[in-house]
Amino acid sequence: MKTLQIVTSAYRCNIEEQDDPVVWISQAMKAAGAELHLLLEGGAVNYAVRAQDASGLSFGGKAQTQPPRIEDDLRRLLDKGAEVYLVQDDAEARGLEHADMLEGVKGLSRAELPRFFGRFERIWRW
Amino acid sequence: MPNYLLFESQEPFESAEVPRHYELAAGLVREGNQVTVFLIQNGVLVARRSVGSDAFARLAHAGVSVLADEVSLKERGIPPSRLADGVKIATLDQVVDQLAEGRKALWF
Amino acid sequence: MAKKHLTLVMMDAPFENARTVSALRLIDAALRRGHDVTVFAYEGAVSLTFAKQAPHANAVHGRDAVQEDHPLPKDWIAALMGAAGRHGGQLEWINCGLCVDERGVGEAIPGAQRGSPADLWKAAEASDNTLVIGTR
Repeated sequence: MKTLQIVTSAYRCNIEEQDDPVVWISQAMKAAGAELHLLLEGGAVNYAVRAQDASGLSFGGKAQTQPPRIEDDLRRLLDKGAEVYLVQDDAEARGLEHADMLEGVKGLSRAELPRFFGRFERIWRW
Repeated sequence: MPNYLLFESQEPFESAEVPRHYELAAGLVREGNQVTVFLIQNGVLVARRSVGSDAFARLAHAGVSVLADEVSLKERGIPPSRLADGVKIATLDQVVDQLAEGRKALWF
Repeated sequence: MAKKHLTLVMMDAPFENARTVSALRLIDAALRRGHDVTVFAYEGAVSLTFAKQAPHANAVHGRDAVQEDHPLPKDWIAALMGAAGRHGGQLEWINCGLCVDERGVGEAIPGAQRGSPADLWKAAEASDNTLVIGTR
């Protein structure tokens, strides 16, 4: 069933998990054959920004060697045929411009969401 | 035409996004869907008649069914006599029926 | 209404948010109506079935452990599993295995299974409906 995964919470536990749990589970389900696509909403629109860098964390000399790389995770989803959308209003409210964004991410306005939702058999809002 | 069940667990003072959820509900009705907004947890805090609660009358007028969880209302001491226009009390059983019918269900 | 199969995804750790009780209430209501329910517990929710949760006294309430009678999530979930059959349904509980490992909560109550995102997808495909209750 064609499913829309709405990602609303951003940077909640990404450092600890070394990824975003919703983006991660979407990748895992896609690998298991799921037909799913993503919508980034609210602060999660920032996930589509290029050149995010979470590297360098170390506590008591114990360094994190595999920081989250959200941009790479989204790129992998796109490469596997998932469509990734973001709510344009939320991006603009946060000063994001098209040039800041990962190639392939599509914007849509909040006003378009009701019609957009009609394209999916299931909508999972995380 | 598929129908929708939107669980609203937050109040507008807790999240600036809440009014957008109400707008989404109205937008889904305009697209021809049947839509229920089920207020639960702190989502019922604004179901008490107040300055901000006319949002529910507007939603009801727009064709959205606005229901408030009876347990959440009781936990917060909101009696039926104080409910805003447009809000009806409902049980979780009624909501489970809508889930079982296959409504697209989103938790806010 | 005919029996349906519902899948519910939970993410919140115990004792952190009202969403946990709301989810348990939905599961309870669905089971009482004779439906089958599959829960996929993700992230912090995998601790809900941790077998080592323990009750305690509450000096602020002026109650010892017995009087406080503090319900633990693991006990509520075990009770829901037991009660499901009385109404003709069943409760299947799947904990995301990697989430269990990183949280060290591998000791779960009987009936809680270990699974993966593929199990969530399989359950959702087999269900009449799925509700995701995300965390914040």
